[in-house]
Amino acid sequence: MLPEFWFVLIAVLWAGFVLLEGFDFGVGALLPVLSRDETDRRLLLRTIGPVWDGNEVWLLTAGGATFAAFPEWYATIFSGFYVPLALILLGLILRAVCLEYRHKVESSRERAWLDRGLVLGSALPAVLLGVALANWVRGVPMDAGYNMTGSLWSLLSPYALLGGVTTALLFTFHGSVFIALRTTDELRARALRLAGQLGPAFVVAAAIWLGWSLSLRGSAFAAVLAVLAVLAAVGAVLAVRASREGFAFLGTAVTSALLPPFVFACMWPFVLPGRGTPGLTIEAAASSPYTLKIMTVVALLVTPVVIGYQAWTYWVFRQRLSRPPVSAVDLRDDVAVGR
Amino acid sequence: MSTESLARWQFAITTVYHYLIVPMTIGLSVLVAAFQTAHYRTGKPEWDAAARFYGKLMIVSFTLGVATGIVQEFQFGMNWSDYSRFVGDVFGAPLAMEALVAFFLESTFLGLWVFGRDRLSPRQHLATIWLLATGTVASAYFILAANSWMQHPVGWAFDPVSGRAELTSIWAVLTNTTQLVTFPHTIFAAFMTGAGVVLGVSAWHLRRGITSHADGAMHLRMHRATLRASAVVVLGAGIGVSAVGHLQGQVMTDQQPMKMAAAEALFETRSSAPFSLFTIGDEETLDSRFEISVPYGLSLLAENDPNAEVLGIRDVQADSVTRFGAGDYVPTVWLAYWTFRLMIGLGAVSMLLAAIVLWRQRRGRVLADRRLLKVAGWAGLLPFAANAAGWIFTETARQPWLVYGVLKTEDGLSPGVSTTEVASTLVGSTLLYAGLGFIALRIFLKISRQGPITPVSDADPWLSPPDHRPDPEQSAPEPALVD
Repeated sequence: MLPEFWFVLIAVLWAGFVLLEGFDFGVGALLPVLSRDETDRRLLLRTIGPVWDGNEVWLLTAGGATFAAFPEWYATIFSGFYVPLALILLGLILRAVCLEYRHKVESSRERAWLDRGLVLGSALPAVLLGVALANWVRGVPMDAGYNMTGSLWSLLSPYALLGGVTTALLFTFHGSVFIALRTTDELRARALRLAGQLGPAFVVAAAIWLGWSLSLRGSAFAAVLAVLAVLAAVGAVLAVRASREGFAFLGTAVTSALLPPFVFACMWPFVLPGRGTPGLTIEAAASSPYTLKIMTVVALLVTPVVIGYQAWTYWVFRQRLSRPPVSAVDLRDDVAVGR
Repeated sequence: MSTESLARWQFAITTVYHYLIVPMTIGLSVLVAAFQTAHYRTGKPEWDAAARFYGKLMIVSFTLGVATGIVQEFQFGMNWSDYSRFVGDVFGAPLAMEALVAFFLESTFLGLWVFGRDRLSPRQHLATIWLLATGTVASAYFILAANSWMQHPVGWAFDPVSGRAELTSIWAVLTNTTQLVTFPHTIFAAFMTGAGVVLGVSAWHLRRGITSHADGAMHLRMHRATLRASAVVVLGAGIGVSAVGHLQGQVMTDQQPMKMAAAEALFETRSSAPFSLFTIGDEETLDSRFEISVPYGLSLLAENDPNAEVLGIRDVQADSVTRFGAGDYVPTVWLAYWTFRLMIGLGAVSMLLAAIVLWRQRRGRVLADRRLLKVAGWAGLLPFAANAAGWIFTETARQPWLVYGVLKTEDGLSPGVSTTEVASTLVGSTLLYAGLGFIALRIFLKISRQGPITPVSDADPWLSPPDHRPDPEQSAPEPALVD
């Protein structure tokens, strides 16, 4: 009972991560596409400035919870997906440092370099997370001690690469809708236009990838989640057409939050399906009943509080961001960058 | 190099680096919270300026701590999967609690503190910095509970069916005797580190004297106030570190006799053992050739009794062989010996500097003592090295154990991870960290030299135009920090 509960809870943590960090990655990756000058860049990044770090903690908590509740799972995937994980970490480190330090350097040349790091650091995890999730659904070869045995290249199947494309499109779609929701005027219009292009592309990629996933390891419940995810994305696309970014964000948020539960539903009753072998089951990977009980108490006490204060943060920073009147803007930077 | 050595080097480099940053963040966040509280209570502009100024330095530090901390959370599974499998049931719990309780708190409230000035009431804004500071301290508690379990495993039992260590009492893990001395020792050291930075920066500005800035007089008052406050904290926290360190030494002698013996390069068991200040020894034959020492010092340190018997390396090795089977249970003695001394020595020197600064500033005389102000900058650097030395000591002198008496380091590795993989991430992370450190240090020094910016503005820190004031330091002497 408790192991299944924790499987669901970790799916929820992943859902929180994709829902929240999804738009952070999107905003970071779209920085050069949506900005025309330094003021634009500041506005774009400011939409995630107060929240990105708290959003990232959903991933750290998912990792920590996996360690505590399913040590065998944690050990298997973190050592098995060694290279992709190392690249995701590289991305997260680059993004964190570049995002914060770009506002603290003087010269526009340094800032331009940090912005490149920020874009790379946002795009890299956006693609690789999809590759990893796809491999979870597809299953990986493992030995009797649950050590993954496939080579790095075996992780890069066409199906897994399509998974990477799907998450990259999801995060950029979600991110552009988020920007439309958080800005005004020209930036908002630009973000809506881009969302109008990314949205349909995502729907197509997602439909193929979700269908492919179901054909590999389907279940009725997973199919329901997949249909809901696609419907929400279609709703978001229609809302973008109507310039209703509030509803569009609701749609991309639902799609994002359904993606990890879909992957987890496909894997059920495994935490990592095997290829050739059945795989690592929820029961086999779980911690002792005592540890799970302790962690359940802590999670049930703390998680609602966390959701409460994070929600409050979004409420505090709910105001849309606008360009200041032209006279108040220092444009020297843009001249220096040579736009 | 073997995969084991590479994985150990990687853990050492990423952890020591991470832990250069973290104590500064913990110390600065608490000090900034204190400065902001002082302003909230007294309304004095210098405290406001101090909270904002050191707050900026805290953000630079916090960012690098977060970025390098992500690796820590995942490295156990990447390079040490057999360790994770074996201990996850126990070790994972404090780690998950750290993320859930501490990481969320500090990260979310950092955002509110940085961007919320014009959106929150002064009271709410003050609460956010204290919640952030609470998060950083709570984070230390959980991760140190996890580490203390590796030093002295409690509250667990071996389950023969699952073949792993299983938790039997979370309370025992969170109130491990090792933890109860390690946590205050580490937190006091973090306060010393943060306060050391404030001391160094204040001293540098005071040495430059009053500036032509319209608020120059107020800035001077601020630097004097922060110099005094930080010297008090360095000294007070230093006394705390030493007092707790003494207790810790006794716990260590009891729980890990080999570590104490290695720290002292004490090869033979003896009563009325002296505390060695300097030794040249031979690790092959386990003999010391030359040494300078304080009579009865070690016996006092270890057992509070000048005549107490302290176990030597040879006897602990023999005892370990009887208990755990054949093997080499002696850590790298020279490393343990010198890092132990470095930790204590550097901590003591920074306490001494703080004490001199406090003594000299009674009637404002410190301002005239330019040499002292220059030297005081070093008090800002020493605690960093002392922290690193302390961790290198406590982790390497536990070897060959990963979990003391339970799991050896060689048995904790990831079986499926190749030497090439570990080698490439080792090189990659080292280069990346070096690059980030270079950028961070430049920003840190730039902000430090710039000093407080007044009149203060509650404008959004990312949206307001960049501060294009000419750098007043361009023609000024280099700061004491980099002298």
